[in-house]
Amino acid sequence: MKMKILSYPYILWLVIFIVAPLFLVLLYAMTIYDGGSLKFTLGNMKRFLDPNYLDVLWISIKLALQTTVITLLLGYPIGMIIARERPSKRNTMILLFVIPMWMNFLLRTYAWLTLLGKNGIINSIVTLLGFEPLNLLYNDGAVLLGMVYNFLPFMVLPIYSVLAKIDKSLIEAAEDLGANRFQIFTKVILPLSVPGIITGITMVFMPAVSTFVISRLLGGGQYMLIGNLIEQQFLWVGDWHFGSAISIIMMIFILIAMAITSKFDVQKEGSSGLW
Amino acid sequence: MENNHIIDLKAISKEYDGTKVLDNISFYVRKNEFVTLLGPSGCGKTTTLRIIGGFEQPTEGRVIFEGEDITNLPPYKRQINTVFQKYALFPHMNVFENIAFGLHIKKLPKEEIKKRVKEMLKLVNLEGFEERSIQSLSGGQQQRVAIARALVNEPKVLLLDEPLGALDLKLRKEMQTELKNMQKRLGITFIYVTHDQEEALTMSDTIVVMDKGVIQQIGTPVDIYNEPKNSFVAKFIGESNIIDGIMREDYIVEFAGQVFNCIDKGFDKNEEIEVVIRPEDIVITEPEEGQLTGTITSVTFKGVHYEMISHDGHFDWKIHSTVAKPVGTEVGMRVSPENIHVMKKAMKR
Repeated sequence: MKMKILSYPYILWLVIFIVAPLFLVLLYAMTIYDGGSLKFTLGNMKRFLDPNYLDVLWISIKLALQTTVITLLLGYPIGMIIARERPSKRNTMILLFVIPMWMNFLLRTYAWLTLLGKNGIINSIVTLLGFEPLNLLYNDGAVLLGMVYNFLPFMVLPIYSVLAKIDKSLIEAAEDLGANRFQIFTKVILPLSVPGIITGITMVFMPAVSTFVISRLLGGGQYMLIGNLIEQQFLWVGDWHFGSAISIIMMIFILIAMAITSKFDVQKEGSSGLW
Repeated sequence: MENNHIIDLKAISKEYDGTKVLDNISFYVRKNEFVTLLGPSGCGKTTTLRIIGGFEQPTEGRVIFEGEDITNLPPYKRQINTVFQKYALFPHMNVFENIAFGLHIKKLPKEEIKKRVKEMLKLVNLEGFEERSIQSLSGGQQQRVAIARALVNEPKVLLLDEPLGALDLKLRKEMQTELKNMQKRLGITFIYVTHDQEEALTMSDTIVVMDKGVIQQIGTPVDIYNEPKNSFVAKFIGESNIIDGIMREDYIVEFAGQVFNCIDKGFDKNEEIEVVIRPEDIVITEPEEGQLTGTITSVTFKGVHYEMISHDGHFDWKIHSTVAKPVGTEVGMRVSPENIHVMKKAMKR
């Protein structure tokens, strides 16, 4: 079993950067620093049951779900349009989607500030046309827009790659057997693209539920998501125990969400292997 | 319609980006006929089939189905079903759902669908396979499901695009017989595409030989084998010796420096022609008794027969015989008049 040796560096990496930190987070979450010694407690978790915190969790999940649904509704047709093109044109279109991702995430989000701001480009045009300037920034809509914008490629790419791989002869076979275009879509294309949809949902929902940068930049300082809450506990309040507890709670929610989505993935192949 | 044609192709041409892949293809298919489109890959046989199925539009020409022009009809409106080259079974459905697909689309009652799928599974010898997933089937079984899925819709014409290409030799032979029997029993017109000449000869009522987008010959298997119209057909269907010759007069042909009696006529006096002689039609004799003499230069065992090459000083004659002569033997060769096939000289191709 010489091949085993090759896996050692990876296992080491896994232990140092994944298992150990996770263990530390768990440790912090389950303990409290009390008079110079660590004490095990569930108090950190209990603290989260406060309605104010639950509200933050609810808003975060709602916003992530909205983002996921909107990116799916936008991303599926986009993926389909790209998959239908000739290969040369496909690559150009995919490139157009990927190039913005090469730029820094923060930079892209800052760009929306200048677009949506009080004196931003959109409002300049609106005032030029003689209307009152619109309140585009620091509200739910702005955060949602920023999330959809940032996460759309993560929905489009997996859906596109699954759609592009569907054997054209399957579509012809369905056509041959009497299916019209709508039936071909519902009975063949859609079921075969489920693995791509699952991957897309996973890749959008997970970062969306834990984001804190987009909400802070586009939602303003008072906009609180669970990601912001964790950030706050660690960086400003300095309560690592409570911050860790929230992180664990969020992880549990993400795992539950993944378990639910994987139930829809009947084929069990091509799924991201997260569950 | 006074004839019994089910499909008429009228002067079909097809171009892709300026390259002609089909050039003026015209032929008809009679009801209940087994027609094979035969040719090497890239000859346009699959494109022709796809035009009949409606997956491609011809650049020029019309497709007539039972007297009606269906050239612009989409596939799902045609009473034609297809068995695809790689079966194209739906991987997300089990055997039952695959076969029932067409019937579900037609919104038949559930009981009716169940009954007909069951009948089909019986027909293709896959009883009890309803719940099996496609991935768990062997190539031959997938093939049968694909055939059942097409036939359950009771099409008037079944198109088959090299359906046996992926199967091993033994299975292929079995399926050939089964397909032919099915076609006879169900009385459905089959249009079959293959590059395998043996398959075409075994199964077809009519063979359409194609090359480079042009029909080379249409005829029964016997006609095509015995009276190839040109050297392409002669070479493609079975093995053959093709040699230049001169038609001296009706029933008299000269080739390889000798004059032979033959059964062909209607050529110009002294017209340059090509002669086709099948390897199994050359009889080996003692040197002094032969119409031609040659020296055996190679002997290969082919199972049923030996293949020998006999060199007569100019030409290598391929001979099939159950009796081998050792390499270096001087032999005589005889061909009877009915086995000499005279063809018009091929145009510069």
